Amino acid sequence: MTKLTLGPIAYHWSAETRRDFYARIADEAPVDEVYLGEVICSKRAPFYEAEIPATMERLQRGGKVVILSSLAEVMLPRERKATADLAEMATPEIEINNAAGLFARGKRPHRIGPFMNAYNEATIAWMAGQGATHVTLPGEMPAAAIAAATDSARKLGLGVEVQVFGRASLATSARCYHARAHGRTKDNCLFVCEDDADGMPLRTRDDRPILRVNGIQTQSESYVTLLPELPRLVADGVSHLRLMPQAVDMVAVSELFRAVLEGRAEIGQADEQLGALCAGTSLSNGFYYGQAGYRRIANAASA
Amino acid sequence: MSHAEMSLAELICPAGTPAALRTAVDAGADAVYCGFQDATNARNFPGLNFTPEELAEAIAYAHARGTKVLLALNTYPPAGKVDLWRQAADTGARLGVDAFIVADMGVADYIARTHPGLRLHLSVQAAASSPEAIRYYCQNFGVKRVVLPRILTIPEIRQIRKEIPCEIETFIFGNHGLMVEGRCSLTNYLTGQSTNMDGVCSPASDVEYKRQPDGSMSSQLAGFTIDSFGAQEMAGYPTICKGRYTAPHRPDGYYAFEEPISLNLSRLLPELIDAGVHAFKIEGRQRSKSYVRSVVSAFRAAVDDIRAGRSADLANLVALTEGQKQTQGAFETKKWR
Repeated sequence: MTKLTLGPIAYHWSAETRRDFYARIADEAPVDEVYLGEVICSKRAPFYEAEIPATMERLQRGGKVVILSSLAEVMLPRERKATADLAEMATPEIEINNAAGLFARGKRPHRIGPFMNAYNEATIAWMAGQGATHVTLPGEMPAAAIAAATDSARKLGLGVEVQVFGRASLATSARCYHARAHGRTKDNCLFVCEDDADGMPLRTRDDRPILRVNGIQTQSESYVTLLPELPRLVADGVSHLRLMPQAVDMVAVSELFRAVLEGRAEIGQADEQLGALCAGTSLSNGFYYGQAGYRRIANAASA
Repeated sequence: MSHAEMSLAELICPAGTPAALRTAVDAGADAVYCGFQDATNARNFPGLNFTPEELAEAIAYAHARGTKVLLALNTYPPAGKVDLWRQAADTGARLGVDAFIVADMGVADYIARTHPGLRLHLSVQAAASSPEAIRYYCQNFGVKRVVLPRILTIPEIRQIRKEIPCEIETFIFGNHGLMVEGRCSLTNYLTGQSTNMDGVCSPASDVEYKRQPDGSMSSQLAGFTIDSFGAQEMAGYPTICKGRYTAPHRPDGYYAFEEPISLNLSRLLPELIDAGVHAFKIEGRQRSKSYVRSVVSAFRAAVDDIRAGRSADLANLVALTEGQKQTQGAFETKKWR
């Protein structure tokens, strides 16, 4: 059975917000696996990392498998240390998002995160030979490449994960664009990113929403949703479907995806309900169809 | 520092066309880098790059003058299309390129196994910004040189140099890449063409300049206004990460990521050489022959002066940016971040 996962929180949510969020996920969200940990900015981790063991335990009690995710960008001494320390953990499973993590992990089992650029069968085969058990494909891959990559990965015994909900990660940088917007730099940011639970909106000068800033990360303005595409993803062998936490009712979002996955909900209706849950944010699936990512393409199969 | 190490301060120059390649060779490049006319390299722009026949002639020209030719295979093949990259590698090997510049692990692994004698350089597109990440590629694929992301300070580069078993190449002049390279899907989000998979960045085919009723000009990419300019201003090219946008705290519009600005590290050359940088890369495969000639000649003279212990005339290099704003980016200070 295809699994639903909850990706790591990309934003600087407070320790308290995280605690409440994961308590509700543990009790109510029909997801199988949850990724924890700071992936975007190493400066944020000290605010909540002491609580990760308790959160992990809470989620496990709720029947969820927990995976710890590593930083996407590793450059500073504290980032190198955090990555090396994570790579030494025997349990739980870890997801690696930077080659520094691969170096530290060696051939011990690990998951490959979405920042690792596992675009093709050759790279996936290489990674599998180095101990990878699972791979999350880059968010910009089109359907045909997803199908081909999935086919090769499954034959090697790997789990394959695709993001099916939430803002797409479009870029990372050494520079913090949240700090920049407030006339600061990364070193004296004063954690201004905490004010934007769903990212800081950028609009074009003719007032069209375009991108979201999340610290050093740039995200899509739209929420990616592949809800209508779930049957095809499942048929192509994708084993794990990732929901990224956004500032919407994530329990309700996960229930919709679960219902479609189990054939309990009609796709068109579920899609409409998802639109209502995400009111005010545009939805997109362009990457999946090999078109501009922000576009929403009508699903030919369900029409 | 030993003299042997200093003598490695190579000048790596862009060659978007056979003519530009000959120009760069004649102007004193130690090596030129180029790509084929397809998605296998990160400058897959119309009118640029080489056919296999052109590359064969270019290699003969360069080698006859003691210049190396590096082939960029630095994009990420999407599943199902890996053969195009493998064929490009095989062709490059057959024609006698001196090294491949790679980013994808599958491509690196293929070349390491199939053409074990050939040098591999790790492209900036692999985004290896720590000693551990660099060592991963050295250990597994025998990478001999890493092209560092443009996000490190000189003290950080000096530290990395001590911890890795391969040479370092840094960008020194040209486009100022803002995002972690090889991790940027901004162009694909607006245009449907991918930087990683197609080698495309803010493609000209999607660019439009639109005169507004008030006389202002907006530069657009795929219908999105990336910047707008007053009637007397010169409209800039709509590169997404150099655009002006509004944010809740910036209602008047600001360069959310970076101004249209060009990287110029000429004043830092002596320090970079001292930090152990082996090779200096000039960006600009899309630039004209005359640009290549003036930039390469100026840097040739400067590097030779520094290597000979003379003080280099760095002012000449500063003048090369054609009036554009310049930056030393992340290299000089952490405040850039």
